[in-house]
Amino acid sequence: MPSEFHIICVSGSHEKLQMAAMIASVAAASGDKVTVFFSMNALTYFVDGHTASAPAEGEFGGMLDKKGVPPFKVLFQQAADLGDALLLPCSMAMDLLEITDENLDPGFGPATGLTKFLMDAEGGQILTF
Amino acid sequence: MSETKVIDACNTYCPGPLMELITYMKQAEVGDVLELLSTDQGTASDVPEWVNKIGHEMVSSEKVGDVWHISVRKAK
Repeated sequence: MPSEFHIICVSGSHEKLQMAAMIASVAAASGDKVTVFFSMNALTYFVDGHTASAPAEGEFGGMLDKKGVPPFKVLFQQAADLGDALLLPCSMAMDLLEITDENLDPGFGPATGLTKFLMDAEGGQILTF
Repeated sequence: MSETKVIDACNTYCPGPLMELITYMKQAEVGDVLELLSTDQGTASDVPEWVNKIGHEMVSSEKVGDVWHISVRKAK
């Protein structure tokens, strides 16, 4: 029986983005419905011109740069490509960053309001990072 | 005619090996057997869980030295 996972990414720390991406990719590729809502610091890594390298929150974060650890951006992309996960940028964050869909990584969109995200998430599990 | 494809995911960490398997599984034909090579301990328990959920078929799973050899047949 498929489940629904609705993931909210807020933090810009490497550890939290990595864990969110791991859950999104495995759940989506296992047939579960997955939506990921990116806001605040988490969204910036997917905007053109911004760094793709997230700072470590603690000791473990530095270990994630080790060769062989799948980058979180690749895992989110695999979630979308292999499991039809929706990667949704927060419309409020986009307004503050003064960006449009065209400034985001391929596979992102459409700009989504928090209310719409929460309505769609009703009945499923919401995980926040 | 089905074939066996070997996917070498050694020295990558969770969920890298599983995602490699899923990527190739999407491209495989029904009946094909994929053999995943992994040094990640969690892969040996994660892959059978995924196979069971999706409805493919576990063929074999064994550890040779430090490397897990996990064979899965695409069933649908």
